Amino acid sequence: MDDHDVGGDSARLRYLDHEGAIVKPLPGALANRDLLIRLYRAMTLTRTFDAKIIALQRTGQIGTYASTLGQEAIGVGLGSAMRREDLLLPAYRDTAAQLLRGVTLCEQLLYWGGDERGSDFAGPREDFPICVPVGSQYCHAVGVATAFQLRHQPRVAVVTGGDGSTSKGDFYEALNLAGAWRLPVVFVINNNGWAISVPLERQSGTTTLADKAKAGGFPGVRVDGNDVIAVHAVVGEALDRARAGDGPTLVEALSYRLGDHTTADDAGRYRDPDEVSRHWAEDPLVRLRNYLVTGHGWRKDDEESLLEECSATIEAAVAEYQAIPPAAPEAMFEHLYETLPLALVAQRDDLARRLRR
Amino acid sequence: MSEMTLVEAVNLALARALADDPEVVIFGEDVGVNGGVFRATDGLQARFGAERVFDTPLAETLIAGMAVGMAAQGLRPVAEIQFMGFIYSTIDHLLNHAARLRNRTRGRLSCPLVLRAPYGGGIHAPEHHSESTEALFAHIPGLRVVIPSSPARAYGLLLAAIRDPDPVVFLEPKRIYRAVREEVDDDGTALPLDHVFTVRDGSDVTLLGWGAMLQVALTAANQLAEEGIEAEVLDVATLKPFDTATLLESVARTGRCVIVHEAAQTGGFGAEIAALLAEHGLLTLLAPVRRVTGYDTVMPLYRLEDHYLPSTAAVVAAIRETLEYA
Ligand SMILES: Cc1ncc(C[n+]2csc(CCOP(=O)(O)OP(=O)(O)O)c2C)c(N)n1
Ligand SMILES: [Mg+2]
Repeated sequence: MDDHDVGGDSARLRYLDHEGAIVKPLPGALANRDLLIRLYRAMTLTRTFDAKIIALQRTGQIGTYASTLGQEAIGVGLGSAMRREDLLLPAYRDTAAQLLRGVTLCEQLLYWGGDERGSDFAGPREDFPICVPVGSQYCHAVGVATAFQLRHQPRVAVVTGGDGSTSKGDFYEALNLAGAWRLPVVFVINNNGWAISVPLERQSGTTTLADKAKAGGFPGVRVDGNDVIAVHAVVGEALDRARAGDGPTLVEALSYRLGDHTTADDAGRYRDPDEVSRHWAEDPLVRLRNYLVTGHGWRKDDEESLLEECSATIEAAVAEYQAIPPAAPEAMFEHLYETLPLALVAQRDDLARRLRR
Repeated sequence: MSEMTLVEAVNLALARALADDPEVVIFGEDVGVNGGVFRATDGLQARFGAERVFDTPLAETLIAGMAVGMAAQGLRPVAEIQFMGFIYSTIDHLLNHAARLRNRTRGRLSCPLVLRAPYGGGIHAPEHHSESTEALFAHIPGLRVVIPSSPARAYGLLLAAIRDPDPVVFLEPKRIYRAVREEVDDDGTALPLDHVFTVRDGSDVTLLGWGAMLQVALTAANQLAEEGIEAEVLDVATLKPFDTATLLESVARTGRCVIVHEAAQTGGFGAEIAALLAEHGLLTLLAPVRRVTGYDTVMPLYRLEDHYLPSTAAVVAAIRETLEYA
């Protein structure tokens, strides 16, 4: 990682500038049209899906949702760099990463729609569910990584969180252990500038969040989080290091939260709209699209058919979601323990009686 | 006097406390410019300045721990935990420090802090945003646990909590943050702590609740009144220390007792009330004590939460059952 910014320096790795022009030659493996198109498709699907969930929320068909708008490149970059046998411990702004891991659209809709079945992933069976209590996921990740290490498995735990989450004790505790034991874990911080209404400069006195890796004794890397190629490359390298037994990496992916914190938030109360407009110029989708157009012959009709395909995929997932009948109320007693203890059988029967009344 | 919601009454009490006492400081996540995610601190930073109303980093352990230090210095920290679901890392500071600083220093240091947090279900909130775990705090010696059930109660109890010389966990039922409006007089008068309020007189059964469940209890009582059954409804505004005298006095007259809480049943605060009755009021009881509570399950995500939360019908049914004992 010598050619990237390590710690201290506030520069960041970037291959594409805002306009999609190459600012640094792509490494061989990344100068691959199929891969780039795959990344672009995933970002487009994420953005279209995100807009759909917000529309469903606005019409009362789904609960509170945390949009990934403008931050799609982080999840797509890390998700595409991971191997299937690696393990993701996501925060709640990881629609893209979860999609790449094989969590279905329908499962994601169920989760945000207030149904536990959305966390029972058919695909990545060992991935963790979304972590809402900010920062606790970092400790779980070092636990998962310890299990990989103890069993000598060449697998890596990838854990995500926001800039605000780096203020939690759990974050430092996890970094400390990860460094001390050289655990196979990659911490990916989505530095989107805001933790609800609190901007980063009031969250932390550090110049870069990557610097925080110094206390753990392992590399911290800054990457342009809106350049999916760069995220893919940096996380890929961190995964290689971890897999080879060379320990953890902290990746600070610089992005920006273009939307409200969640659908329950109104960022207009605390954030200058001009700041938001400025950041639209760094849109991760536009950047890669421009590059595909100039460098890889991506045409208008390619774009149009991609959008149509995304809409069709999403409409099908929404229809599937809406056709799933709500779980029976007694479901709250299922999977509470492996076998329902006697004391709870009585409570479940009480619920059943109430339902019949 | 003006009509307001519970969350507006919280805001009014906070403003009053800031205006009356220069030692009061308010902090937490997003409480400054944003005015709190529920707007409980709306406008307070603009009015009282960022030295007295400020955002902390995203760190609950820090919030509780720094409140201990500030309180020991004689400030009156009133800290917000954004949701009760994120309060658990504060327990170290509450249990090991705030609640025993006075005791372990033989009164040399004390800890007059208030930790506020919205709690409870019923608003279709995301995962970890709907639990009611007040009993965890009621188990901690040296702590006060206070829960308002209406706008006027919120105003008076919060002022009392802030003025109280000992640490208080103040839990706000977010389900009724905006659901009920009530006249509140901003005259700076606190309500008594450690006091159970009788909100409806009745002679047939004693019905206890707190927070959002008090509305459920009152609705059930009003429904039964149409049949001539009169429930005495008690608002357990301070869970700890508990006002046993009011409970015993009421049950001595009614002979029956039903307790409503949305928290899980096992080890819930209803168990403590039932135990107090078993110890001190058994011979006045005409029927077994009944609890109407959440189940001992994980609080389900919102699609099923209405099946988890005690309903008016369940309270009515429980009262009827106790009345079957002649
Ligand atoms: C422990 C904890 N405290 C508070 C919250 C409420 N909360 C949810 S997200 C959030 C801000 C998180 O900011 P950041 O880590 O930057 O992530 P972002 O939302 O910007 O992706 C807060 C305070 C929570 N979920 N968990
Ligand atoms: Mg953030």
